[in-house]
Amino acid sequence: MSAAQIEIQLIAALTAAACAIPGTFLVLRRMALISDAISHSVVLGIALGFLLVQSLNSPLLILGAALVGLLTALLVELLYRTGLVRQDAAIGLVFTVLFSVGVILISLYARGVHLDVHAVLLGELAFAPLNRLVVAGRDIGPVALYVSAALLAINTVFAALLYKEQKLAAFDPVLATLLGFSPAVIHYSLMGVIALTAVGAFEAVGAVLAVALFIVPAATAYLLADDLAEMLLLSVALGVAAALGGYWLASFLDTSIAGSMATVAGLLFALAWLLAPEQGLLTQRNRRNRQRLALALRAFLVHLLQQEGRTREEAFPEAHLWRELGWDRTFALRILALAEREQLVDRWQGGLRLTDQGRILAREALHGGEEPPRFPKAGGVP
Amino acid sequence: MTLEILNDPTLRTVALGGVVLGLGSGAVGAYVLLRQRSLLGDAVSHATLPGIALAFLLTRSKEPAVLLGGALLAGWLGSWLVEAITRTTRVKLDSALGLVLSVFFGLGIVLLTFLQRYPEAGQAGLNRFLFGQAASIRQQDVLVMALGASAILLTIGLLWKELKTIAFDPEFAESSGLPARALGLILDTLTVLAIVVGLHMVGVVLMSAMLVAPAAAARQWTDRLDRMVPLSAFFGILASVGGALFSALIPRLPTGPAIVLVMGTLVFLSLLAAPNRGLLWPGRARGRPGFPKAERESP
Repeated sequence: MSAAQIEIQLIAALTAAACAIPGTFLVLRRMALISDAISHSVVLGIALGFLLVQSLNSPLLILGAALVGLLTALLVELLYRTGLVRQDAAIGLVFTVLFSVGVILISLYARGVHLDVHAVLLGELAFAPLNRLVVAGRDIGPVALYVSAALLAINTVFAALLYKEQKLAAFDPVLATLLGFSPAVIHYSLMGVIALTAVGAFEAVGAVLAVALFIVPAATAYLLADDLAEMLLLSVALGVAAALGGYWLASFLDTSIAGSMATVAGLLFALAWLLAPEQGLLTQRNRRNRQRLALALRAFLVHLLQQEGRTREEAFPEAHLWRELGWDRTFALRILALAEREQLVDRWQGGLRLTDQGRILAREALHGGEEPPRFPKAGGVP
Repeated sequence: MTLEILNDPTLRTVALGGVVLGLGSGAVGAYVLLRQRSLLGDAVSHATLPGIALAFLLTRSKEPAVLLGGALLAGWLGSWLVEAITRTTRVKLDSALGLVLSVFFGLGIVLLTFLQRYPEAGQAGLNRFLFGQAASIRQQDVLVMALGASAILLTIGLLWKELKTIAFDPEFAESSGLPARALGLILDTLTVLAIVVGLHMVGVVLMSAMLVAPAAAARQWTDRLDRMVPLSAFFGILASVGGALFSALIPRLPTGPAIVLVMGTLVFLSLLAAPNRGLLWPGRARGRPGFPKAERESP
């Protein structure tokens, strides 16, 4: 790997990690799309700043653009408070207009210098190593590396300092207010961090795909984690994985790095959606299947018990099983095999009867105060 | 100015395209706004991008019907995925929207960059679907757009009463025996269709604004759906034609942002000046984003 390749991956990974931290709080607080709005609106700030200072890396530009991002959150709130439009419409109205003004400014006045409409959509990660930070005549690495590292540091400090407050606001906003935490401070500190991070992410992935780094790793972690600390760590790890995986996918296909990062982040989510240990689609299906089998098994045992009462000392013919329970033959044989394996029934005089253990279970199912077993409807089970 | 537009065939096509776009998205937008699906429009419009790129990759055709067909399928898939994610996981609607929006758009960007190695793709400039390009619009594009818009208007006309009930009170609709799920699906499909109609001129990044903004402006002026839908379409047409002509006449002015800016001005004026609700109206009634209850109960 060349030095430039390593630098690009470092910048991508640091940016993704920095985005994942506030992204986690956004996902929990159901405000994911405010990051979409803010990262679009900072384009206006960046365009204005760029026209003023003619550089993308001036700290003034970064702060100014972050302020415009924060202004978006304020404007959305103001518009919503007039009672004239609902919140979703307020978000959709504010950011599209601010973003449009930014794009128009860039197309008319900044085209082709260092900032063009292409960069707005894709970021300029591939060119990031070209812009070096020179201190006292010595080249100490690309500017973007320091910007992204600083963002990660700021966001880590933010999460550490306001962990308790943000956690409470995410899980129980009413209690948070009752305990005297100011909702405005909690809200706007998060918005400020998002705006600052969005400006930093702009160079790496552009305005539209910043959302992918804020939201997708955090949403994936949400499927896998059980508590907030775990979710934060996981979403940072997933963000870094998406950044590195995206970089290599992009160099393999010779295509956009930012787009590939979003794609890989999406693939990771799809994997978690399918395979997550608690909430994955496959786990959910297996759990449903197991529950259905367990229910059918109990129904079968209870049925045998009732037959015992009626025709004492006679074995229960196997073929009655699917006829009387309304199951199809394959399913009935599956349940029978299960019952035999667990030694709940055995064969006797060419038929079936309950073992002692099976009888206990059947009585428990019938009288044990549990939910009475419901017989599956005919044809309702495969 | 008017004479100039009528005499110049390019500008005439651009203006016609604007009319068709504004009509479709304005009319559907009224329902999107009332059902609070504004941000679904944003996710779906971004989701159409990989559909356009894939349609080109598979067919090597630049026919508007082919590209927009791909967009329609991808947009519909995106809106289905949002629904599936919220139904089967603990991920909430907002995150699911952001997820579909950014991942589909990222995939679209990957495919577009990948396609640049084919010379015929570069000339066609699939890139114009990002921010829209009024100047490149041709008569056959307008024709396909007009087909989509007519389908939208026809459906709204035929199902007027049913869609009205769904938009205001889905629970009431269900309890009164209307197929609420199917009607909701029809409205979602109309939304995707309206987005696809507008892609040429507004582009995927800003198309959602054309669903939300005309409807939000129209909402300020009236409490009745039978006035809101035509008014919203009217605002949509005004902004689309205005913005598209500006961008066709001023070099380097991107079409999508120009249209959104004109539309934003119309919304701003409506918020300030609309009778009774407007912010400048003395002693204005406290605004309500929804409709008055009486209107809801007599569908």
